[in-house]
Amino acid sequence: MTATSRVTYLEAHLGAIAAEMRRDPSVFFMGQDLRSDVYGPFPSDDFSAERVRSLPISENGFVGAGVGAAMTGLRPVIDITFSNFLYSAMDQVVNQAAKLRYMTGGQVKIPLVILASMFYGGAQAAHHADRNIAPFANTPGLKIAVPSTPHDVKGLTTTAIREDDPVLIFKDGNLFGNREEIPDDDYAIPFGVADVKREGTDVTVVAIAGAVRLALQAAKKLERDGISVEVVDPRTIVPLDMDTINASVQKTGRVVVVDPAPLTCSVGSELAATITEEQFWHLKAAPIRVAAPDVPFPFSPPLERRVMVNADDVTKAVRRAAAEKPTRNA
Amino acid sequence: MATTGVGAPETSLTNEQLLEMLRRMLRIRLFDGRAVELQKTGLLPGPIHTSIGHEGAIVGACMALDDEDYMTGYHRSHGHPIGKGSPLGPLMAELLGKSGGICRGKGGSLHLADTSVGSLGESGIVGAGLPIAVGAGLSAKMRGTDRVALSFFGDGAANAGPFHESLNLAAIWQVPTIFFCENNGYAVSFSIKEAMAVETVAERAAAYGMPSARVDGQDLLAVHAAVSEAVERARAGGGPTLIEARTYRFREHAELMSSRSYRSPEEVEHWTTARDPIASFRLELERRGTATDEELSRLEEAIAAEVDEAERFAKESPLPEPDEAFDHIFAQPITVRGVK
Repeated sequence: MTATSRVTYLEAHLGAIAAEMRRDPSVFFMGQDLRSDVYGPFPSDDFSAERVRSLPISENGFVGAGVGAAMTGLRPVIDITFSNFLYSAMDQVVNQAAKLRYMTGGQVKIPLVILASMFYGGAQAAHHADRNIAPFANTPGLKIAVPSTPHDVKGLTTTAIREDDPVLIFKDGNLFGNREEIPDDDYAIPFGVADVKREGTDVTVVAIAGAVRLALQAAKKLERDGISVEVVDPRTIVPLDMDTINASVQKTGRVVVVDPAPLTCSVGSELAATITEEQFWHLKAAPIRVAAPDVPFPFSPPLERRVMVNADDVTKAVRRAAAEKPTRNA
Repeated sequence: MATTGVGAPETSLTNEQLLEMLRRMLRIRLFDGRAVELQKTGLLPGPIHTSIGHEGAIVGACMALDDEDYMTGYHRSHGHPIGKGSPLGPLMAELLGKSGGICRGKGGSLHLADTSVGSLGESGIVGAGLPIAVGAGLSAKMRGTDRVALSFFGDGAANAGPFHESLNLAAIWQVPTIFFCENNGYAVSFSIKEAMAVETVAERAAAYGMPSARVDGQDLLAVHAAVSEAVERARAGGGPTLIEARTYRFREHAELMSSRSYRSPEEVEHWTTARDPIASFRLELERRGTATDEELSRLEEAIAAEVDEAERFAKESPLPEPDEAFDHIFAQPITVRGVK
């Protein structure tokens, strides 16, 4: 029998990094305040200061250094910490890491992992609360994981480090304390394989990152009202497993897409558009997007609550989707 | 530390090394001259930025490196891989957008890369190559090799953020990275005198706690001596160095570019005649008795033939199949969404 432990999302994630570092000497870990555990407990003392490296505030410089190290035989893992700080490294992420394999005609590979945490809803205000997955999904050349559970974050982090391509892992700060019983042994979750987090028959909810938890809360509540919700978590945005999403939509004919990011051009919008395009004749109702409004994330808690996607938003959207009468496609 | 004066004494160089230096400079000049001609015929799509005038700085630096050492460059891009020893045919084919191009037609003039000679890539983004060279140096050090990385950049990049972040990171990490500034005096048309409140790029090294050197970039041997010293220090674990080579581009920022004049005719005349790095190096070789004028002329003819051959290779190389646009995105490919 496989040994398991009940661990948090953050423990599962950092544990996977430590395990990969023990397995593969070419993996090293850099981040601001890393050796001081400011962003979570990491067994730094098990590794040399070279391999667990605290950094000065030079996002463009150290991400670029990661690109150069990755091109020349190492496997850097860089914690950019707050996902907003990706903007300070934008050129190296978007113009270099994402494109240099392509632009060199395949002469280089760039096995670089960048960790970005989305801390929204904790009175951080707009410089520390973006859910900025979409701009990077719109950058061909990056693989993007959006783990939503301790089990998934462990397996996806392991895969990310073993990938020969640049990977961004968007961690959802609202999930860091979530606990789950997961296997102690290493395991890898392949990219591009969505997970049906809950089976149902009436409405499909496709949710990403922290929205998966909201979708599951909504599904539980709706079950009492006799609405059976299927929750699909794509787990990676690039590559994207449309097969699993499409199969669910074909079964239910109704879909709600939930994304914690602002609505316009969000990943959720892309999912809704793709579902509409590919499953139009299976849909009994128009897809509904649940997303944050297009505002910078505010500071004061009542303002935050007003703009943050919550389980009630999902519940209402599912009820609407379930109630809508089939019209033209019936 | 300053090293100036044409033909700084370097007794350690063999005749063959000196001749190879001349060959590489000539390859750059004749290759670029041919690229200019090909662009006029319409066979070369997109912009080109020639290295003509920079040959002494580039080859002086490259010849101080081993074949295994890493190098990053920038948009004035043809000279660096040529200086590092890359064969001309695939470079020329890349300029023409051919499938036999070194980057298979995915990069073009500004983005030549040839990893077989340690070239990790030129860059269309000013300053972007510096952090990458820091990472290559870090990697060389962490993997226990004695390789070094050299980053070519222009004076314009010295005012961009990545320059400062890179120098600082390289210094605190003591990585074997050499920052090599080809200071040609102008960022496109903007004079360095207006762009910086200090006199030199090199003096900025002090702020990051690293040694620096200023050299005459038109004097290949002076450049070679300065870079060799930096390489030796880097290999011995002594960390990074900033080197500023004063040079001049003989042509416009980019071919076919028009602008209001920003360089005086006298200035251009002075540099392109009195300060030609190839002409002065050739004279130096004759003075040293390395080769006769006749031998050097034959050497130049041989390089011209290499460039002819590169042009032939490039012209005969097929254009890429359109669907090759979907290759080389990832090392572990995924389904490309949105393919028509």
